[in-house]
Amino acid sequence: MTVSEIVDRRGNNRENLLQILHDIQDSSGDNSIHRDAIEELAKIMDITVADITGTLSFYTMFSTKPRGRHIIRLCESPPCYIMGSENILDALQKKLGVKLGETTPDKKFTLEPSSCLGTCGVAPAMMIDDEVYGNLNAKKVSEIIDSISKSGGN
Amino acid sequence: MAKPRTYVLVPIDTNTVTAGAREVKNAISAEIGKRGLSDEITVVETAAFGPTDAGVLVAVQPDNVVYANITVANVAEIVEEHFVKGRQCKKFILAGEKPVLPKAGETDSRKLQELGRIVLDNCGVIDPENIKEYIARDGYFALGKTVTELKPEEVIKVMKDSGLRGRGGAGFPTGLKWSFCAPVKSKEKYVICNADEGEPGTFKDRLIMEGDPHKVIEGMTICGYAIGGNKGFIYIRGEYKLSIQRLQKAISDAREYGFLGKKIFGSTFSFDIEIKIGAGAYVCGEETALIESMEGKRGLPRLKPPFPAQCGFRGKPTNVNNVETLANVPPIIRNGADWFKKFGTAGTPGTKVYTVLGHINRPGLIEVPTGVTLREVIYGYGGGMKSGKFHFAQLGGTAGDILGEEMLDVPLDYDAMQKNGHVLGSGAILIVNDSVDIKDFLYSCMKFFVHESCGNCNPCRNGLKIIKDITQRLKEKKGYEDDIDGMEEISMILKSSAFCPLGQSPAEPIMSALRYFKEEIKQGIDSKAVKPTIRHTQRDLITLAPV
Repeated sequence: MTVSEIVDRRGNNRENLLQILHDIQDSSGDNSIHRDAIEELAKIMDITVADITGTLSFYTMFSTKPRGRHIIRLCESPPCYIMGSENILDALQKKLGVKLGETTPDKKFTLEPSSCLGTCGVAPAMMIDDEVYGNLNAKKVSEIIDSISKSGGN
Repeated sequence: MAKPRTYVLVPIDTNTVTAGAREVKNAISAEIGKRGLSDEITVVETAAFGPTDAGVLVAVQPDNVVYANITVANVAEIVEEHFVKGRQCKKFILAGEKPVLPKAGETDSRKLQELGRIVLDNCGVIDPENIKEYIARDGYFALGKTVTELKPEEVIKVMKDSGLRGRGGAGFPTGLKWSFCAPVKSKEKYVICNADEGEPGTFKDRLIMEGDPHKVIEGMTICGYAIGGNKGFIYIRGEYKLSIQRLQKAISDAREYGFLGKKIFGSTFSFDIEIKIGAGAYVCGEETALIESMEGKRGLPRLKPPFPAQCGFRGKPTNVNNVETLANVPPIIRNGADWFKKFGTAGTPGTKVYTVLGHINRPGLIEVPTGVTLREVIYGYGGGMKSGKFHFAQLGGTAGDILGEEMLDVPLDYDAMQKNGHVLGSGAILIVNDSVDIKDFLYSCMKFFVHESCGNCNPCRNGLKIIKDITQRLKEKKGYEDDIDGMEEISMILKSSAFCPLGQSPAEPIMSALRYFKEEIKQGIDSKAVKPTIRHTQRDLITLAPV
């Protein structure tokens, strides 16, 4: 979907900006909001580029840096921390070969830290795209990544 | 069609889905179909009713059996044993005390009082995506009563009399809040449901929305009638995919049945609800920051006054309530204020929904009358410590107080906690054993706050960073002699001068930890550590460059 189609669908109104940015990011192909999309949006909505950039940079779910196809959000908040989220981070970094905040060279995964995901009942937990994975351990992490790699096709 | 004799309830919520609940539910349906039992046994998709650490749960009613940790591989055996041979499969039955499950038809007030469930009475019992099941359990009865029999001021009076206090954490009386907004003259007024649950360890609102979305919608609509508003918004975290999906379905079903829309129940009252999705910012749980975010801006808190009741969303009078608070509204209207006051303590009537987690045997969602003690929660509902010895509990999420053993027998309600210098908070109870170092834990708390600080005011932006550095030094046993004093000093600055509750609240875990665990924290000080020449005093805070 193009930027103008998204704006038409959501309504050209400042109140819908977050939803529009979500949509732009979701249809970007690399889970990010590109500079040219921001510029186009600024023109269509009559909001300055600085204002849009300022708004989107406030929220952790948005990124202006290209990201992998799948976003791994590892919860780092205290309830997961006491259940061993640091070990999960080690396991993920080892498995993917990237550090926190980085994207794998094949552009498949981006590993991000996250605040509480509200799934503390199954701590330590992470979210990959829209799915939550809980009660993690190193072995489980490795299996989850493998299965997504396989099912994700390319 | 034959009337089913047995119901199989499979909770589908974010926790159980991770364990494969959808697959198990489909396998049960298939197995039952294969054996020709579909007429007698109905499989129902429900939501969480309690345990969060027992994999996929399967409840069988009216047999009142709960199976835990079920996988697709076990399904054939259970169906064979339980439904064909009529024997309970003992090896799969949930260990420990059974979660309290209301049976179908138990909606009268006396029974509910015995069970102690007001908010969660439908969770895990009905199919949240089927409006008829909600209606069958007296759903939308309170709304009908409200718009056809009560005047708006009468609704507010019931709410005031009930003594319901906001369940988001601050405990402000709900009826009083509504009464601020009601008399303000304006063509447009708004009801906002704050579903931006971001406090680490709290996920009760998610489970309420996943388990009983119509109750929240009904509560909002009643609030709209009481304050004279025609439009409601649910501001929900972007991460809560299942809640969003179920709320969306619930809203469109409610519209279809005429519980939302124009002329509700044939009255002159119209109301509709829209969902607004957040994008990941803890500070947006603060009501004015939430409103800013709803307007498509950075979620920076506003200066109060004016309060949202006068000038809120789009500059119009707005009432913001938490999910759990709104879910309390329909039962109160249906059963009356006196009924509600029979639950809990005098100062905080009703129940409180908690998420209990950490190093205990049975983490999960509980709803208990206010006033039960921490000891009862840990050793009663939580099944005791899973490993190690009780070290401390953190109440109400990361912005909440850290409590030592001394506080185990203090009743959990807003007043009793306040009397002891603590806050009850949003409903998370994190139980931690002695394997965790308090300094390490504080560091993790501060790391969270530094990340979530919106950067608007100086005490929060810089002060938190300094405390984080101190806790990091302490956990590495490299603390300076006066680090504890520094931590105290900055906590006090935060508490007295930060712009919004997010900046003020980090003082809670720090100060309470120092109150109970000063000796343990002092162990992080290295007497040989070289003191830096620059100390962070109040003056430095003001002049420090932004981080």
